[in-house]
Formats: sequence, C-alpha cells, structure tokens
Amino acid sequence: MEKRVVFRPSPLPYLLVLPQLAITAVFFLWPASQALYQSLLIQNPFGGGAEFVWLENFEYLFSDPLYLEAFWTTAVFSVSVTALSLSLALLLAVMADRVVKGATGYKTLIIWPYAVAPAVAGVLWLFLFNPSIGLVAWYLKLLGYNWNHVLNGDQAMLLVVIAAAWKQVSYNFLFFLAGLQAIPRSLVEAAAIDGAGPLRRFWTIVFPLLSPTTFFLIVVNIVYAFFETFGIIHTITGGGPGKSTEILVYKVYADGFVGQDLGSSAAQSVILMAIVIGLTVVQFRFIERKVHY
Amino acid sequence: MRLHRPLATLAAVAALAQPAAAATEIQFWHAFTGPLGEILAKQVEGFNGSQTDYQVVAVYKGNYSETLNAGIAAFRAGQQPHILQVFEVGTATMMAAKGAVNPVYKVMESGGETFDPSVYLPTVTGYYTDPEGNMLSMPYNSSTPVLYYNKDAFEKAGLDPEQPPKTWTEFGEALDALKASGSECPFTTAWQSWVHLENLGAWHDVPFATKANGFEGLDAELVFNGPLQVKHIQQLGDWAKEGKFVYSGRRNEGGARFRSGECAMFTESSAGYAGVRKEATFDFGVSNLPYWDDVEGAPLNTIIGGASLWVLSGHPEEEYQGVAKFFAYLSQPEVQAEWHQQTGYLPITLAAYDLTKEQGFYKENPGTETALIQMTAEAPTENSKGIRLGSFDQIRTVIDEELEAVWAGDKTAQAALDSAVERGNVLLRRFERAND
Repeated sequence: MEKRVVFRPSPLPYLLVLPQLAITAVFFLWPASQALYQSLLIQNPFGGGAEFVWLENFEYLFSDPLYLEAFWTTAVFSVSVTALSLSLALLLAVMADRVVKGATGYKTLIIWPYAVAPAVAGVLWLFLFNPSIGLVAWYLKLLGYNWNHVLNGDQAMLLVVIAAAWKQVSYNFLFFLAGLQAIPRSLVEAAAIDGAGPLRRFWTIVFPLLSPTTFFLIVVNIVYAFFETFGIIHTITGGGPGKSTEILVYKVYADGFVGQDLGSSAAQSVILMAIVIGLTVVQFRFIERKVHY
Repeated sequence: MRLHRPLATLAAVAALAQPAAAATEIQFWHAFTGPLGEILAKQVEGFNGSQTDYQVVAVYKGNYSETLNAGIAAFRAGQQPHILQVFEVGTATMMAAKGAVNPVYKVMESGGETFDPSVYLPTVTGYYTDPEGNMLSMPYNSSTPVLYYNKDAFEKAGLDPEQPPKTWTEFGEALDALKASGSECPFTTAWQSWVHLENLGAWHDVPFATKANGFEGLDAELVFNGPLQVKHIQQLGDWAKEGKFVYSGRRNEGGARFRSGECAMFTESSAGYAGVRKEATFDFGVSNLPYWDDVEGAPLNTIIGGASLWVLSGHPEEEYQGVAKFFAYLSQPEVQAEWHQQTGYLPITLAAYDLTKEQGFYKENPGTETALIQMTAEAPTENSKGIRLGSFDQIRTVIDEELEAVWAGDKTAQAALDSAVERGNVLLRRFERAND
C-alpha cells in the first residue's frame, strides 16, 4: 500500500521565492536578453542608427585571430589559477586540519583574502611588483632578476595568476577543510594500523574521498577565473602588454567600452554566456556521476 | 506648550533658508586630476563668481577614456551632462554621433554670444571644425609634444645643459653620454603613439592615413608603416635593447619617473609643465621635439593633443545659454592667458598669446613658448592639420601593443607597424560600417 503525502496548494512557496526570482530577472534575464538583441545589431555608440545584421558580429569575431587567441589566453589563465589555487588551498586545509592549538586564528587569517575586493587585490599585488617601486620587484633586482611585467607578457600573466589565485585560496580552503572533516577518522586510522605512511594515506584514502569537493571546486574556480577576475586584470595590466593578459571577459569590456563597438562586445558576452551554461551542464551531468563516493 | 516655541522658530528659520532663485546648474564632466584638476576648479570658480544666473558643476569622471564612456552611458540613460571633455581621438566618434551633439557654433549663436572663429589659433581649431569650417567643439586643453630634459643630469654627463639635442642624431649622442655617466634611464616617453608616430608624421610632412589623415572621408586607410616611421621606431627599439630608452607605459606613467629624477630625458605633452614645475627638485629645460634632419620639409609643425569640450543635446534651451556664457568666459584673453601660463596648455586665442607675450611671461620662463612656436612656425599641410579617424582610441591601443612588442625585442619595427596598419584598417572599416 502506497502512502501518498499531499500538500495543500498554497501561495507561500511562490511568495518566498519571489524576491530571488525578481533579482534574477532584473540582474540576469533582462541584461542577457538585451545583450542577445544587441549582438544582432551594429550601432553607433550613442544609440542612433542601429542596423540589424543577423550573425555578422559573430562572423566578424570568429574570423579575428585575436579573438581566438583570447580563448587560448583565457584557457591558460583559468587552468593556472585553478591549479595554483586548489593546490595551495588543499595544502593549507590538510595542515589546518591537524592543528589543535590556535586553529581558529589560522583559519580566520586564511579566510581574510576572500573579503578583499578584486580591484583592491589587484592594486595590492601591483604595488608589490611594480617595476620601479615595488618591494618584491626590488628584492628580485637585488637577486639579479629584472622584473618588468609592463613589457614582459609572461611575467604579466604570472602576476595576474598569482593575484587571482591568492584571492580564491580562502574559498577553496573552506570547502577542503569541510571535506576533510567529513572523512571518517576510522578509515585513516585503519590504514595507519596497516602500516601506511602519511603520504600513502593521503593519496589513497583522503584524496579520493575529497573528489566530490575537488570537482565542485574545479568548476567554481574555472567560472571564477573566467568572470570574476576582471577587477584584477584591469588594475594590474589592463590586458597588456600586447594582449598577453586579455582574457575573454576583459575583451568584452575593451571592445565595448573603450572601443565603443557595442555589437561585437554584445556578441562576445553571448558567447561567454554559452560557455558558462555549457560548464554548468557539464558539472551537473557528468561530474556528479563520475565522482567516487 | 514648551515644545511649540522652539519648533516654530525652527520652522521659521528653515523657511527663511530657502534660496530666492536657484542658479541653473550646468554639469561639466572632465578628466583632470592633480594640479590640472585644481587649476580647472579655480577656473570654474571664477566663472561662478562672476555671475549669479548659472552654476557650473565640474565633476571628475576618470581618465579620458573613462570620461567618454561615462558620457556615452549617461546619454543612453538620458542623464547626460551639458559639457563633456572628450580627447582628440574621440573627435570622429563625437562627430559621427548625429543627434547626440549640439555643435558649439550653434550653441554660441543661439546663446547670443559674439562668436568669431578667427580669433582662435588656426592649428587648434582646424582639428575641431567640420568641412564647412564650423566649429563643432570648443578647444579647451590643447598641447603638443615637446622634450623635457634634466639639466643636472646633462651636466653630470658632460653635456651642455643649454644645448639640448635638436635632431634625433644628436639625441642619440646625448643618450650615449648619459648612459656612460651612469644614468639608469636616459630617456623615456609618454603617449608613444601620439609622440612617436602621429607627430612624427606631422613634424616631417609625412601622412599618417590617406584622405588627408581622415579629414576627407570615413574610407581612409592607415599608412604609418612607411620608411621614415619604420626607421624611427627601429631606432627606438635598438635604444631600448641598449638600455638607453626605457619604456614606462602606454599613457603618462613616465611622468613620475622624469619628475623624480630617475629618467633624464622625456618626450611628453607641453601640458606636463605644470606637474614638472611643481614636483621637480632639479633644474629642467623644455625644448623642441627632435627631428630627422635628413628628411626634406622637416621640421613642419606638430599636431595638437589634449581635449575639447563638446556640448551634448537633450537639455532645455535656457541651460545652453549658460553653456554659451561659460564658453565666452573661457575665451577671454585674461582667462586663457592665466590657463596657458599655469598649465602649459596652448592659449586657444591669438589675443591670449599676445597678452602673454606682453606680460613678459615667455622671457621670464624660458621654454614655455616652445610649444607655440612649434605649432605656429610653418603653415600646416594636409599631413599636419591633425588626424580624424574612427575608433582612434582602439587604433592607438593596437599601436601600443605592437610597439610594446618592438620594445621587448619580440618584433622588428617593420613587422610591428605592418601589423598595426592591418589591424587598424579592420577597425576603420568597422567604424565606417557603423556610421555610414
């Protein structure tokens, strides 16, 4: 005999969700539909003379070698930020998990960078590495290494990767710490009794059990590197030198607001939206299934 | 009962505090900060204090690009200011914005102010007039590139501080001497595209783009990858490799390095004078931009950089009368002369130039007339009237990127300039498409 629980229809759930729906509608659906519309136009920046051109903006983008290069730059940037940030956070989480004295102090300090705004983080690292007056740049010069990220594209990329990864370590740290604390102590102790050393215990037991957290964080970090690092890039390098740090989201800004080419910029943001939708689909469909529980 | 009297007094005082007739507010969005911002604020105060009908409110909106963006975004939202300071590379964008711009000659005429375009310096107004000769924007801060040099560093290097290099060959010799004397940064520059490509062309009577540098049509094409430009950029690239030319950044990052004494020679806008005079703790000189003396026709004249004031449409008519009054105030010889003397920007009227000469300013401050002489010595040809290209800010970014590759030693000058021309032409065609 099946027992069915039927809830009486009530407007309360809808009312409770309404504020969130309103925010999503105003801050996402409305601008996104405007971007979709504008990506099909070529218009004068002041708004006059809009010409409907179907997919010409997209054709223009994909025939531009610099746009395709921006994809590669973004890929390098996001993979580097994710790898650096996740490994640092995992290391810190494993260390923080074992500490008993002063644990809260360490955890609070590690979480602080998350509260720093991206632009502020950018300026902070810029001051450290400024070729003329930066502290770190000065010490590097003493060691004989001439740091100049204004001219050297690889150094500029390294700098923005460090700044972006630094900011995200806190977020990853929190999740890793929670994930570590969810691992039953008995498993680890059993392995220790069987003679497994700490490294062996980590790689064969702890790390696989952390995989749901890790995969979730990989997707979150990639989305972060794609979209939330605009402030860091804008304050540190402005996309330069020579486009070496111009990631896709920065190109949207540069083409739309500096170049006043609204059609191309809107087309780029539509493409970015498609990418993030794709990433989310990947996350929900494949990763959730393959993960080891 | 006890509470009523204080309340009544308060209400009476509040009622009396209402202004009888509020002055009409005029919003003026600009990109000036630092010493220039202070001088602009004093100018605005002068106008506000000279009459009671209008109140100009000056708002700093960021650098030139950010200010233009703010103006565009505000216009699309219906919140535009009356006056917008737009840099010279935005001229084509503003000219193509039909319906968004209220041309200055119309504002002045309907505002009832006497407006005679011939009192303005021709090389300055030429940049901002339409093909029929009507002034579309009010030139506000126009400057031209000059050479600043550290006289103390010259002495230390054994160079004569009163004989700055006049040609690029002499410049190279000065660099050798400075480097030998231990200078870590013999030479840096600001605004590299403006100084070393756009002005290179004008100074040597060589075109930057076809169609009279874009004045004659939207179908212009870039031609700055000619032999002279390649030779000049390659020379700078070689100097960069030898440590004689140190690149500081795309805008004016080099200014801080010159003012602090780190760099000995600096090619920059004549308007950098205000900052240099305020901050430099060393003896400095101002001289003409060097030229290549093996080019026939050089030196000709340099072109202006800087910005002008555009009036945006969409406001009630009586507010534009206030704008006209403000512009008339700014054009007065005394106001212009003071502006010119304090900032290093060119006086925009001939009367102000004469007044400054009469006041003996140039005699007391050697080097301040350099920019004016550079601009007015010869009659401009179509290669040196100015540049009017669409998407010019983006084209400058393209040029910046390609030049950075040359300074880093990644590309030859020819390859970089060819690539810049190609990429820039794509942008020009897109602008043409959006505005025909």
